[in-house]
Amino acid sequence: MKIDKKTIEYIANLSRIKLSDQEKEVFIHQLSDILSYIEKLNKLNTEDVKPMAYAVSESNVFRGDTLEPSISIEDVQLNAPAAMGVFFKVPKVIE
Amino acid sequence: MEYEVVIGLETHAELATITKLFCGCSTQFGAEPNTQVCPVCLGMPGVLPVMNKKAFEYALKAAVALNCEINRFTNFDRKSYYYPDLPKNYQISQNYYNLGINGCMNIDLNGNRKTIRIHNVHLEEEAGKLIHPEETGADYSLVDFNRAGVPLLEIVSYPDMRTVDEVDSYMQTLRKILLYTEVSDCKMQEGSLRFEASISLRKKGIDKLGNRVEIKNLNSMKSVIKAIEYEAIRQSALLDKGETIDRETRLWDEVNGKSARMRSKEESQDYRYFPEPDLLPVLIDEKWLSAIKNSIPELPLARKQRFVEAFKLSDYDASILTEEKVLADSFEECVKIMDRPKAFSNWITNDLLREVKDRKLDINSLQIKPKQLALLVEIVEKGTISSTIAKEVFSEMVQTGKDPQKIIEEKGLTQISDEGLIEAVIDKIIASNPSVIEDYKKGKKNALAFLVGQVMKETKGKANPKMVNELLKGKVGI
Repeated sequence: MKIDKKTIEYIANLSRIKLSDQEKEVFIHQLSDILSYIEKLNKLNTEDVKPMAYAVSESNVFRGDTLEPSISIEDVQLNAPAAMGVFFKVPKVIE
Repeated sequence: MEYEVVIGLETHAELATITKLFCGCSTQFGAEPNTQVCPVCLGMPGVLPVMNKKAFEYALKAAVALNCEINRFTNFDRKSYYYPDLPKNYQISQNYYNLGINGCMNIDLNGNRKTIRIHNVHLEEEAGKLIHPEETGADYSLVDFNRAGVPLLEIVSYPDMRTVDEVDSYMQTLRKILLYTEVSDCKMQEGSLRFEASISLRKKGIDKLGNRVEIKNLNSMKSVIKAIEYEAIRQSALLDKGETIDRETRLWDEVNGKSARMRSKEESQDYRYFPEPDLLPVLIDEKWLSAIKNSIPELPLARKQRFVEAFKLSDYDASILTEEKVLADSFEECVKIMDRPKAFSNWITNDLLREVKDRKLDINSLQIKPKQLALLVEIVEKGTISSTIAKEVFSEMVQTGKDPQKIIEEKGLTQISDEGLIEAVIDKIIASNPSVIEDYKKGKKNALAFLVGQVMKETKGKANPKMVNELLKGKVGI
């Protein structure tokens, strides 16, 4: 599968990554190569193989509905790029 | 041109667990912002979500109550999008193997039934809450993540509704089912129950669906109805002019009673769903499923029908009684004690609900007990007190939680059935109303009612009215 410039721009936008034209060129080739490599799988007959999403065969792992302490507001805001009082502060969201 | 309005609803209900879906933070509403958060629900790198079993079972219960086929293999998927209320930049939701599919719910329209199909029921996590500052020109928004990670049930209907009455009935019925099954508190004012509508129009008699418009920001059931009415008019005006309807998302503006298009940039979504690698799938076996099925109580519509048939109640009374589970439960308890369904239904639907409304009482923590109401009905039947006095006693029971006999004793309300006593009062009334007696003798029949009223007044309503009537008639000579 060939990746074109438009696809690279679309993916970059979805991922919120800014790319220069030079970088776009690089990724067009790299992603095309990766996809071609993966396409080798198409040669296999997978007719009777169920899709698999999990590497382990376990299932049904739960926790009880029991309260655990939350963390302090100081710790909450340690990783916040911006805060205002008890809130996280973000660029204006227009609705 | 005449059009048919085609409506589908998406419903979100926060589940009634005490902790979040993937961590042990509290779900309590109204806490100080960002105090009910931890690395898991803040989406810190390297944390591992672990599913709350109760939340999963609540979702399963709702799916069963909505007659869904249950996917015996179910899993969770990442839904990727960027929005500041979503700490991980993806929401853990379900997409490929929803918990429940192909369900249905019956709604009642003035006694007629209609079945609305449910496309799917699935479990996901809530986002945080964005606060937009009121000051003009503010260039920021604020985020409270207390709500992030609260378990959220999504119920997607098919576009099977055609009128706002059907939509109203769908919302009411769904709310009742979620309350009856106790999976959500359904408090719309706290956002724990929310609706989104999608509306399209098509010419009458045509099968193909028109382009649908989604409406968001509907904060009450009333807003849902108003927004749908507005949208139907907007679309029909466009179609009449020969224009086409854009497939879009619009935001409802409650203050101005209008909707406006959301920015198209935010609409074009590519969620890139893929199985959530941090969570394992859930397999639902027969034993678990039947335990969940057995935990589901009789649902409101079925219960209403049974009340009509078994207790010969009117459709109206039965629907009021089954509106709130606690009322229906109390009613049944009363009937078990004493076989007087009509009397209990009257007390509950008229007197009790009036007291609740007038005194702004919480229906779930009423002081009056079914046993006491049964006692009151028995006392009235015996003739110890008149039905007018009974109302007074009842009001006191609701306010204090006291037994009826106690109130009657304390207030000296016992009915007077002593013939001698009543006669004495009647003599007094006759003596002081000669002109009324004259009128009565001249054939003015309602003069008698006046005299009965005077006797009742004199005895503060305690005289046995039947005896008063008979004795009076004897005295004035019929």
